[in-house]
Amino acid sequence: MSGRTPAIVVDGVTKHFRRPEEQMHTFKERALHPFRGRNFDQFTAVRDATFTVEEGEFFGIVGRNGSGKSTLLKLMAGIYQANDGEIWTRGRMSTFIELGVGFNPDLAARDNVILNGIMLGLTPREARERYERVIEFAELQEYETVKLKNYSSGMHVRLAFAVMIQVDADVLLIDEVLAVGDASFQQKCYDQFNRLRDEAKTIVLVTHDMGAVRRFCDRAMLMERGVTVREGDPILVGEHYLDMNFHNDSAQDDGIPESASRDRFGDGSARFTQMWFQTPDGEPLEVIPQGQETMLKATVEFYSDVEDPAVGITIESADHRPVFATSTVWTAERTGGFSAGEHARLSIRFANQLTPGRYFVTPTVSRRGSGQEICDRYPGMTTFLVTGTRETGGIVDLEHDLTFDLVEEGVST
Amino acid sequence: MSVVDIERIRAAGGQRMYGPSALTGDWRRAAALTWTLAYLEFRLRFFGTVLGYIWQLGRPLLMFGVYYVVFVEILPIGNDVKYYPPTLLTGIMLFQFFGECTGGSVGAVLARENLVRKIHFPRIVIPLSVVVSAGLVLAVNSVAIAVFMVIGHVPVTLNWLVAIPAIAMMLVYVTGLAMLLSALFVRYRDVQPIWDVVLQASFYAIPIIYSIERVPGWARPIVMSNPMSAVVQQIRHSVFDPASPSAADAIGGAPLLAIPIGITFVVFGLGFYVFNRMAPEVAEEL
Repeated sequence: MSGRTPAIVVDGVTKHFRRPEEQMHTFKERALHPFRGRNFDQFTAVRDATFTVEEGEFFGIVGRNGSGKSTLLKLMAGIYQANDGEIWTRGRMSTFIELGVGFNPDLAARDNVILNGIMLGLTPREARERYERVIEFAELQEYETVKLKNYSSGMHVRLAFAVMIQVDADVLLIDEVLAVGDASFQQKCYDQFNRLRDEAKTIVLVTHDMGAVRRFCDRAMLMERGVTVREGDPILVGEHYLDMNFHNDSAQDDGIPESASRDRFGDGSARFTQMWFQTPDGEPLEVIPQGQETMLKATVEFYSDVEDPAVGITIESADHRPVFATSTVWTAERTGGFSAGEHARLSIRFANQLTPGRYFVTPTVSRRGSGQEICDRYPGMTTFLVTGTRETGGIVDLEHDLTFDLVEEGVST
Repeated sequence: MSVVDIERIRAAGGQRMYGPSALTGDWRRAAALTWTLAYLEFRLRFFGTVLGYIWQLGRPLLMFGVYYVVFVEILPIGNDVKYYPPTLLTGIMLFQFFGECTGGSVGAVLARENLVRKIHFPRIVIPLSVVVSAGLVLAVNSVAIAVFMVIGHVPVTLNWLVAIPAIAMMLVYVTGLAMLLSALFVRYRDVQPIWDVVLQASFYAIPIIYSIERVPGWARPIVMSNPMSAVVQQIRHSVFDPASPSAADAIGGAPLLAIPIGITFVVFGLGFYVFNRMAPEVAEEL
């Protein structure tokens, strides 16, 4: 990569925000309290950020809300001034913090397109020349003369996006633009991202969307509380981000299995005492990435003698619909005899084909036969999160192959 | 690593990004932005409503009507002024321009918050566009002045050219005030009510409804120290009535003109200084 030239160099950039403890917003207050200094509570939004974006690179900045990623983008864009460090940029740069900056609801499409284009760095002449293409791309020819306040939000977004892609900057700084719009609009965005990438534009994208990061970015950077946590391969950075996100979440959600445990019942001859997830190698898993080869383990303690107990689990989705169930009933008729004081281990190995979301596990141990003599049934004994980047809307993501080919005439398959 | 990269980007023609300021980047872009913002603002006011133009013109004309009735028919102050109607109307419109530039610039940065927080552009564009927009209104309004001048048979003379430096001085003065007020308002929100009062009072401090001849001699230098008074008086002298005192005569001699001119440039310099210091932080302070 050293053969290329950098488009953006950020070196040791730090940004503090001062939050005045007391707002002094008028001359009156200044006059009444002339000796009261402005006390500030300093808050560091970005600390010592250092990275280089090479020309033609698609660089992602990811992080949670408040991690400083948007502040960093605004520093690069020249909207905020850094307190420390240097930022260098090369070539014509455009910033998209929000679609349609400067749109005036009382003006019609044409004026807004020209105003927005100039704001984004076009000359007035270029802006006028590109108007036709903009309105065509936005598919709003019939609404040219309508004031923007009478546009639907979808039309508004289409127009803004159409302007944005007409701005041919060398360096584009983009912040969460994809957060708006429906699926087909997002697809349009993706298509444009691909085009920009093919044209070897330098792009910095700030986002939460790990799918976009994996699809487009050549390199990514993860921020947390203003500090760069990781930089490099987008897949690894994305995984790190998801991990970080859900670890914290599961710590906060401790109460969830408790609330479900009221429904626990059984005759007490055996009880589930532990349940956890791990990898086949024995590494504990707190969140389960999609596709992960997973072991579910549980321990059953026996308090009286039980002959050939049936042990099984049900996995339920967040809305408590059963997604998957298995039991010794279907695999091994005879599980053996257990005496009071002994304990046994349940192991289930599976490749995680669940789609991202929260799931609950309900284990059951019962005496063989009628199936009514339940020793212990523990609804929602444990809960787990599945992480991944594909939100398909389905419950499972079956392992599959997908092809789509032209059927040639006369050839039957 | 980064030091090497900085060398590489510098060698390739990269530039250091210093963050927002009053004047950054290409001046042509600043000019295009100023013009576009001003022009669209102006168009909205004139064509936004069906009778936009009539309303715009109606305000100064109505003011004119009221003052004319009061100061000619009731209190005979204006009777001794030659060409009083067009002179009064010109004064009202110049003052309206002054009021729009300064009053409009007070909240201008806040009104453009959306741009300030999301786009990198020379911040000076904001107060400048307010001045340009008010200038467009003045230009359109001067059609009404021309009509009054024709009706009043004001002779066309070469003396009119002397009004040009006066108008130039007014532009410098209002631009300075626009920068100063828009920057101060970001930190001190009571600039708004304070300036409202100052604006109302200053209408009476400028010889518009009364003539400078009516002001007692000792007070004339004080009244004329106001750059707006000097501008209005100079325009009256050179465009309407050469017999009325020029700005220099009214203040008591050409050397004393240094006072309003000096104030103009001090205000401009101060306005730019304050605005320039404020510009990098505006996005955070709002």
